[in-house]
Amino acid sequence: MFEFLLRMGDNTLVLGHRVSEWCGHSPVLEEDIALANIALDMIGQTRLWLGLAGEVEGQGRDADALAFRRDVWDFRNLLIVERPNRDYGHTLMRQFLFDLWHHERLADLCLSSDDRVAGIAAKCVKEADYHLERSIDLVVRLGDGTAESHAKMQAALEALWPYVGEMFVDDGLDVEMAEQGIAPLPSSQRARFDAALDRALARATLIRPESDFAQKGGRSGTHTEDLGHMLATMQFLQRAYPDARW
Amino acid sequence: MVTEAQIWGWLAEVPDPEIPVLSLVDLGVIREVQAGDEVLVKVTPTYSGCPATTVINLDIEAKLRSKGVQNLRLETQIAPPWTTDWIKPEAHEKLRAYGIAPPRAGKPSCPRCGSASATLVSRFGSTPCKSHYKCAECLEPFDAFKCI
Repeated sequence: MFEFLLRMGDNTLVLGHRVSEWCGHSPVLEEDIALANIALDMIGQTRLWLGLAGEVEGQGRDADALAFRRDVWDFRNLLIVERPNRDYGHTLMRQFLFDLWHHERLADLCLSSDDRVAGIAAKCVKEADYHLERSIDLVVRLGDGTAESHAKMQAALEALWPYVGEMFVDDGLDVEMAEQGIAPLPSSQRARFDAALDRALARATLIRPESDFAQKGGRSGTHTEDLGHMLATMQFLQRAYPDARW
Repeated sequence: MVTEAQIWGWLAEVPDPEIPVLSLVDLGVIREVQAGDEVLVKVTPTYSGCPATTVINLDIEAKLRSKGVQNLRLETQIAPPWTTDWIKPEAHEKLRAYGIAPPRAGKPSCPRCGSASATLVSRFGSTPCKSHYKCAECLEPFDAFKCI
């Protein structure tokens, strides 16, 4: 259960931090505000997941301790969320692919046999709903936009595609969670994800890559080099000044 | 000893940190109040990303302490999740007068001129709870509460 909660909370923590890196740098003011707000939502969701993880673990670690005092191999997020921001189109494509998956995942978790998990999911799915709406809207607008925006979105889709497969790979922990009715198998989401993806990509005039090759490992602690660099920034203050408070 | 009605009354005097025309009671974030040897207040967060959540708890504590409540427990209750439907109907008018279109399904109408023809500028306004619109008649930009 602890590991399962880390998987949920680390996704929103890492992506929330990544998105927050845009704060003050976005192409237009409205997008700066939107990205900052989405980052805030995800960090807020992280507090719920990691807060419960700390409670379940029973070692006295709270959400802050889990966020700031674990090293890279203890993180359980999908690799896609730690990918660097690169350009704005790339950031949007990453958000779009994540939101598509996340929204479905949360909708499923609303039916969890664990009331605490169902409660957090019911809260978060409402936010994931408007995140997804915005992501689809922008991917369609930029994909079906100018020649340059189209090319950038197609390139972003191809660069991120190898990180999509990991979302739907079942492992031992997933089987255990499914047997207890806590969370359905990730693989059970694939068909719904593909259908929603195809609908959006058709509107965006983008072409889905054919390769099924998937980078894996994030959910069991094998990460890309980028996560370490991100944590160095994110965790700096608590590492240098343990227990520092505002 | 304090009564539950008194506590509700005091909480109705605590303004929301971001939208001070609304009280915490107007906003619908106070889910339950129990008086007794220990006063219990159950609070639900609005949007997960709302930084005002922490401030809300501090403000509740400051208010009740100032009224002489010593034994106080604040509990966060996340289920059922907060919805804009819990914003009190009488608070809608306060929001409008403050320049924010209250939550409602479909397009908001301009809080300044009342026109129903507004265009969405961005789903994300000045705070996580609001979207940004522009009125097509009086041309003024305005914030509208996001329905969740």
